Amino acid sequence: MTLARGGPRDRAGMRTRPRRAGRLGDRVMFGLCALAGVLVVLTLVDVVFQLVNNGEPAISRFGLGFITSTAWKPNFNIEGVGALLYGTAVSSLMAVVLATPLGIAIGLFLSMMAPARVRAVVGPLVELLAAVPSIIYGFWGLVVLVPFIDKLEPGLHSALGFIPLFGPASPIGISVFTAGLVLTVMILPIISALSRDLFLTVPTELKDGAAALGATPWEVIRGIVLPTTVSGVSAAVVLGLGRALGEAIAVSFVIGDVTAIHRSLFAPGATIAAQIANEFPSPDDALHTAAMFYAGLVLVVIGMLTSVAARMIAGRFDVTQRVI
Amino acid sequence: MSPAETALFERMPFDPTAPLTPSGNLRRRAAVSRFVQTTATAAALFAVAVLVIICYGVAVRGASTLSFGFVIQNPSGLAGGGIFNALIGTLEIVAIATLIALPIGILTGLYLTEFAGPRSRTARTLRFALDIMAGLPTIIVGLFVYGLIVIPQHQQSGFAGAVALAIVMLPLMARSSQEVLLLVPGSLREAADALGVNRWRTVLGVILPAAFGGILTGAILATARAAGETAPLLICDGFGFNQFATQFNPFHGVPSVSMFIFTSYDLPLAQAVTRAWGAAFVLMMLILIANVLARLILARSRAKLGR
Repeated sequence: MTLARGGPRDRAGMRTRPRRAGRLGDRVMFGLCALAGVLVVLTLVDVVFQLVNNGEPAISRFGLGFITSTAWKPNFNIEGVGALLYGTAVSSLMAVVLATPLGIAIGLFLSMMAPARVRAVVGPLVELLAAVPSIIYGFWGLVVLVPFIDKLEPGLHSALGFIPLFGPASPIGISVFTAGLVLTVMILPIISALSRDLFLTVPTELKDGAAALGATPWEVIRGIVLPTTVSGVSAAVVLGLGRALGEAIAVSFVIGDVTAIHRSLFAPGATIAAQIANEFPSPDDALHTAAMFYAGLVLVVIGMLTSVAARMIAGRFDVTQRVI
Repeated sequence: MSPAETALFERMPFDPTAPLTPSGNLRRRAAVSRFVQTTATAAALFAVAVLVIICYGVAVRGASTLSFGFVIQNPSGLAGGGIFNALIGTLEIVAIATLIALPIGILTGLYLTEFAGPRSRTARTLRFALDIMAGLPTIIVGLFVYGLIVIPQHQQSGFAGAVALAIVMLPLMARSSQEVLLLVPGSLREAADALGVNRWRTVLGVILPAAFGGILTGAILATARAAGETAPLLICDGFGFNQFATQFNPFHGVPSVSMFIFTSYDLPLAQAVTRAWGAAFVLMMLILIANVLARLILARSRAKLGR
């Protein structure tokens, strides 16, 4: 790898004949690659610029109060993302709370418990959950999951109704709760695949040492595997959270698009991304469009903060969104 | 037993004649461990079950609609016909997106592995930018391209949708090509260097061919992801297209499979929803096949690279 560094200049003295074309080719190649990198960074900067630029009418009119105001009434030219932020936070947090233990358990199963053959089948199947498009999650959620939730909610309410979160059941099963469940399934493969990869990096000597001292498999997990990977797993969870915060289409099918704050999970709600997906194609006026750009800016800032947080928590682990 | 032996046993802190089975505390610890293992297995089964339920739900509702005619006919009326124009539109948009994202993604991967040193500050910034880009909600990408292309052109178009999808694909492409380029053995680079080959010819003639399988895998996965995206198309391609005609000009509104499903779920006819399930089934099959294919190619190319 050392030779790969520093580019063509390192080998200048080794040339046996002058090769101007070669040097030119090297420069062109380097230039193209650097250009691609610059393009990536510029795109990112331009994303923020476009959101600020097109959201300007709403930014100058509502200011920072936009974030705390809970009234989203485009027909009265009153817009604030407070209620949308609440819906975004509650549905995503619910997804993270459910998907984290499940994902870690799946990661443990795939990395430490399953026989090789089972692992080779189950691992890719779990990852396939991430390949299902959000439109299918939304459509499936609306047609299949919503009627099921409709039957489930009264039971949960009567059993756990003393907790304010589990209020009276929603009329037809469309609620923040349903959105949270759909998001749980969507971020589950992210958390489980990343934590499986992290658990596989734990040195075998440590695990075998603990087992030789008489630790049971669970004690090896609790004493060795989880402590050594805690930062990486937390970063994976934050990545899952980021994905849940920004999901638009699947959520817009099942959450109900009611921009109000309800304490109960069983009430319909709205999230920033889903609200943009719903209203952007047919805005009331220019201010409405600008407000959606402003709301998008708020979402991007939150999303970037989670990306930075994931990177900072991860520390030495290279936890980034896996592709293969 | 002699008196000396009896005395020896009495001085021992444990009973050496006891059977070797767990008792008391150890039994509890073993039970806890078994419980955790069962729970983890159940969690994995749950995830697989969810996948099966979703696939089954889509297949059972979509398969009845599916016929050869469904794939080669344009939709007619509210509920008749097929999804030919939407399939062509998705192919068109995704092809343009791939044409944009593939070269830029591979070049970015090359920059990170071949031209930037391991401790380069530029490379670290670029990797960070790619991470943030991968974390951008797709609806935000749609808003961005709306401001960048749709507003200046005063028109939503398949091309704008393709640019948005390219931005969704780019970080995936860059990351997968970076990963696979790192797998190319250093000895290949050194051999090329020893022969006095220029860096650019090494990259084009040695490194890229060696990494071809992995890059292809990444490209297929990114394409499959883009083909299922709805949010960017909703914003950038919008509803401005003719639902009943095939549109070959990407600078007009182009129909797509995902938008077809999105628009027909709330149509008043039950047959329209059935037609949407058919479209969902086709989309799902295409994406699952692409994923399985990508995995097979990856396994082969990994074997070739000796990993």
